[in-house]
Amino acid sequence: MQALYAQLLVGLINGSFYALLSLGLAVIFGMLNIINFAHGALYMMGAFCAYFLLNLTGIGYWWALLVAPIVVGIFGMILERTMLQWLAGLDHLYGLLLTFGIALIVQGVFQNYFGSSGLPYAIPDYPQIGEWRGLQGGMNLGFMFLPVYRGWVVIFSLVVCIATWYLIEKTRLGAYLRAATENPTLVRAFGINVPRMITLTYGLGVGLAALAGVLSAPINQVRPLMGADLIIVVFAVVVIGGMGSIMGSIITGFALGVIEGLTKYFYPEASNTVVFVLMVLVLLVKPTGLTGRAA
Amino acid sequence: MSALTDDTLPLTPRAMRDEMIVFAAMAVLLGLVPLTGIYPFFVMQALCFALLACAFNLLIGYGGLLSFGHAMFLGTAGYCTAHALKVWGLSPELGILVGVAGAAALSVVTGFISIRRQGIYFSMITLALSQLLYFIYLQAPFTHGEDGIQGIPQGYLFGIFNLARPTVLYYVVLAGFLGGFLLIYRTINSPFGEVLKAIRENEPRAISLGYKTDQYKLLAFILSGTLAGFAGSLKVFVAQNASLTDVHWTMSGEIVLMTLVGGLGTIFGPVVGAFVIIAMQQYLAGFGQWVTVIQGVIFVACVLTFRRGVIGEIAHYLRRSL
Repeated sequence: MQALYAQLLVGLINGSFYALLSLGLAVIFGMLNIINFAHGALYMMGAFCAYFLLNLTGIGYWWALLVAPIVVGIFGMILERTMLQWLAGLDHLYGLLLTFGIALIVQGVFQNYFGSSGLPYAIPDYPQIGEWRGLQGGMNLGFMFLPVYRGWVVIFSLVVCIATWYLIEKTRLGAYLRAATENPTLVRAFGINVPRMITLTYGLGVGLAALAGVLSAPINQVRPLMGADLIIVVFAVVVIGGMGSIMGSIITGFALGVIEGLTKYFYPEASNTVVFVLMVLVLLVKPTGLTGRAA
Repeated sequence: MSALTDDTLPLTPRAMRDEMIVFAAMAVLLGLVPLTGIYPFFVMQALCFALLACAFNLLIGYGGLLSFGHAMFLGTAGYCTAHALKVWGLSPELGILVGVAGAAALSVVTGFISIRRQGIYFSMITLALSQLLYFIYLQAPFTHGEDGIQGIPQGYLFGIFNLARPTVLYYVVLAGFLGGFLLIYRTINSPFGEVLKAIRENEPRAISLGYKTDQYKLLAFILSGTLAGFAGSLKVFVAQNASLTDVHWTMSGEIVLMTLVGGLGTIFGPVVGAFVIIAMQQYLAGFGQWVTVIQGVIFVACVLTFRRGVIGEIAHYLRRSL
């Protein structure tokens, strides 16, 4: 039973990354109509950013959670301003191809300087309050031992996901955003700077990816290709969920992580492929995906 | 929304004559390669990738479907052929047949699943399916995991042609490439190809005209996958191994890059693109990981400034169809 709970936890953690990444993809797709193939590379940049902050400037994990997404988000906004915006009005596929090229460049550069092996990033041991040592150590829940950091990742990413959902679905800014997705010309006529909004949206989506990168740095080592294979699983998650709604991508992300974890416990051979198999099954039954609108 | 290949010219007798002249020139030039000092292994490899890129281009250039998982056909046919030759001891022609049949069967299944979604979703599904297959091949015993199938006997094609001799092998590969190329050319210029172009330009209208567009797209997918498999089978004889790199999704990216550089939806573009990219990998090998960066830069440059590709720009400039 211990092993089952452990795999469930691993599944929830992977699910947090899937949710954060597919949420960012959904936000970007909604406004820019681009499948952001560079998302995995930007996730990796988030992790590296945290690594640099710690090792070059001594800025630790807690500030990295804030700084890394901003830095990578600004990088993303520069990408949007210098390249992606020129693709507006062209076939969607060009956006995919361009971001694929960007991913190759970014990953190639990092591989040149850091090889393919992982760099360690320690779990923070502060603040120290009473017997708490930051996020290190663990606690006994009675039925299982829970490493604090892992529990933190799940809860924190859940909070971020819900905050993003609230921002887009419930606030005025989100309403502008959704309106601009439907009819940019009309929203512009109301005096709203749609191009700036698009840039900021891309920054937001990229920031979410970078945040996932920082969260994952202490668990999975910091590696140039850490996002490359993950992003394809996230694409499968997106196909299953259908990218129709923000909430849909959050729920699908977590659910698939858990399903993957359960597979690892009951039938480990299939754990790498279960998400893809599920994608096939979902497509056969419901070609638009679970929460999707027609493409 | 402008189409991917927005200025293809209609097929006129002049265009057809142009294309036949270029084809003849290409065939003669390639036929002369063994007489020159060019490393034949390099050209053979480029020919396999050229056929692969042409098969891929049939789907995107004429059907508007961007498959991001075409490496799965290359790899699957490669494994099937390699297994048939090495373990079953079949003759080369039967080995190729097994490989092509494997790719065809795979393309029926994957095509049936993937054409259910359109646009970028289609790309993502093909990508995910090929990654699924990658993990299966990683674990399946007959592929020997990370090691791949190595030391494949080349044998005698039809019992006559000794494929271990580089020149013989070269002409066999060339014949395979030219045959595949002509088949694709014929398909593009058939009524089937015309319907495919109509679907690319405006699918709802094609549907309203009474075409069952899903069937056309599926058929194009199968044809493309099968021909990509044929390229994979030929490649086994050149490289004498079948490995996981051929199935990995980065290979699919390279196929897209080749076609993009040469020109999406042009007839000769994928061939030129394949030669450019393979030559680049050959001669820039010393730069190590920078090759990936250079490929990325080419991707970005092509999409931003050079969307027609080499052949597309030339054809546009000459106002000819190539």
